[in-house]
Amino acid sequence: MNSSKDITIAIDHLTRVEGHGSIVLNAKNGEVKNVEWSVSEAPRFFESFVRNRPYYELSHITSRICGICSIGHALASLKATEDAMDISISKQTELLRKLALHGENMQSHILHIGYLIAPDLFGVGSVFPLISSSPDVVKKIISLHRMANELSELICGRTTHPITLIPGGFSYIPSEKKLINFKQLLVDNLPICSEVANVVLDNAHKLPNFTRETEYIALTSKEEYALYDGEIGSTDTGTHPVKDYKSIVNEFFVPQSTAKYCKHHRDSYMVGALARFNLNADLLTPSAKQLAKQFKLHPVNFNPFMNTIAQLVEFVHSVEDSIELIDILLDKKIHRDEKPTSFKVKQGTGVGAVEVPRGILFHEYTYDANGICTNANCVIPTNQNHNNIQRDMEAFAPDLLDKSKEEITLNLEMLVRAYDPCISCSTHYLDVTFV
Amino acid sequence: MKPKVAFFDFASCEGCQLQIANLEETVIDLVNVVDVVEFREVMDEKAASYDIAFIEGSITRPMDEKRLKHIRKQSKILVALGACAHLGGVQRLSNQWSLKQNVEQAYPEEKSNVIINNEFFENSKHKAVDEVVKVDYTIPGCPIDRVEFIRVVVALVHGNKPPIPEYPVCVECKKNENVCLFSIGKFCMGPVTRGGCNAVCPSHGNECESCRGYITHPHEKAQTDVLAEYGLTADEILHRKTMFTYRYVEKQKENVI
Repeated sequence: MNSSKDITIAIDHLTRVEGHGSIVLNAKNGEVKNVEWSVSEAPRFFESFVRNRPYYELSHITSRICGICSIGHALASLKATEDAMDISISKQTELLRKLALHGENMQSHILHIGYLIAPDLFGVGSVFPLISSSPDVVKKIISLHRMANELSELICGRTTHPITLIPGGFSYIPSEKKLINFKQLLVDNLPICSEVANVVLDNAHKLPNFTRETEYIALTSKEEYALYDGEIGSTDTGTHPVKDYKSIVNEFFVPQSTAKYCKHHRDSYMVGALARFNLNADLLTPSAKQLAKQFKLHPVNFNPFMNTIAQLVEFVHSVEDSIELIDILLDKKIHRDEKPTSFKVKQGTGVGAVEVPRGILFHEYTYDANGICTNANCVIPTNQNHNNIQRDMEAFAPDLLDKSKEEITLNLEMLVRAYDPCISCSTHYLDVTFV
Repeated sequence: MKPKVAFFDFASCEGCQLQIANLEETVIDLVNVVDVVEFREVMDEKAASYDIAFIEGSITRPMDEKRLKHIRKQSKILVALGACAHLGGVQRLSNQWSLKQNVEQAYPEEKSNVIINNEFFENSKHKAVDEVVKVDYTIPGCPIDRVEFIRVVVALVHGNKPPIPEYPVCVECKKNENVCLFSIGKFCMGPVTRGGCNAVCPSHGNECESCRGYITHPHEKAQTDVLAEYGLTADEILHRKTMFTYRYVEKQKENVI
């Protein structure tokens, strides 16, 4: 017991997260004096340097905001451009884009669960020792990861930084034969999903049982588990049109971070798989619903550590929904010669919103009459979560003071990791400093 | 003993490091021949020295330069990984404006002075890694090509010079039997861009954006002849697109001054 002691912890460059951030904890006489989450990632100023670029470059430039969710950025970007120039898309384009998004969500979720969280559950520092200690589990995770990447590659031309997604449609459309083969791969991997889920289930008791009531925000739709499209949904305030996004995110600058923070109805809100689950669980596929039950995950769940479980549930949803989307595409026959919708370049402003692995993403652009970008705004999921991470940390830290310094550190790191933060997206860094 | 390998990231999307995870089963073969001793994105452990350090990202702030110089001292071989480390990345386009102008655009709701005085924002001009420290080898691309990455690692493990192509993307485009994009009225950077990507963009109906940078001698006669067919000169091509190649534009401006 060291609850009466002074504790100082400084975790610099937190590991097993994407980007660079820090945690500082300072406790005196068994009381937390200060606990702070900060982001020191080098700023890249995308919203500044996309100015003067032509509309057709925008999705290719902004996909570079994030390697893990490059498809989601490209899609939010295209939707903003299409909104600004009144460009409609075909049903085939919509179905293929939804498949691309599933590919990315699966890739990102299994990377987080299998490569970044699993080491915590197995008590090791990385996935590398698991290659020799649990080779069967690692091979199953790789199999799912490869399947996800093959889908992105099939639809987008490569796994990272999509090539084929362009305004109004696609520059290259996959063959029917390849889609049929891929559908079989999805079917073959469904049992592997269950096997990996069982391994997680056996270790789920190691996830801390911490809850804090907060607001959850995600796209929502009456027709489907919203990922590609929908309205903005909040567990506190109901639905809002996407064009009103600025009144939802309310970005603000804090001195300890190069990333912006957000708040809506309360002090903070959470986005991501758990937010989507809390708002839209009714619309998951049957196996995904069944899996949520196995983990006793019911909406509204206020434990941020369950975000990892919500990702696992979404992975299964994406596998099953991809099978259905391919069936619809095959039923309608693949039109490989379909050209992108023709449109007239014009002046205007447009907003695009998409659910990416870490939550709701907004891009907004203004174009002049020649289709040159004059203004841009991108609101990234991890930015929307920073404030909620900080509030969770303030609520979680006092309960940890009885533990050893190593355990406090691990718990705080696990809390941040549960959000699967993508700090390069939000700007870049994770350091924990116990001062 | 297996060579000690480390991965470091600076300003980037981390998509090049992601390509290591995207090697899938080959990752297992990779760790059979090298010892990954530091890789913050996926592991807790840290090391004091490295046989091969892979650097992803552009370099922007004094704090980043300091960290990079420290890594250089600890490394026997230093490899620039991907377009950000090689050229400064798409974010190099932000060098067109002052820090104050960039801050005002990206954080419009804040007073720019408050932000500029924060050390996290200090001197944010984006540079390539070789503009700060000595780079032994470069793996180009946005993102890097996974097959090329493995080829480079295999060469380095055997003590050989890594093979990076000295021919333009057009060579691979022809091999893939693609219709030349110029012939259908599009514009493409392929003729001046270093190959090795298997012409992945033109093969999917998109123009080459030169993410791998220019080949060493982009004025070779054969290419000039090809371009002449479409009424273009190599010089025109070099200035048509700057998404990944703003580094060359900056260099040209310097030379004019």
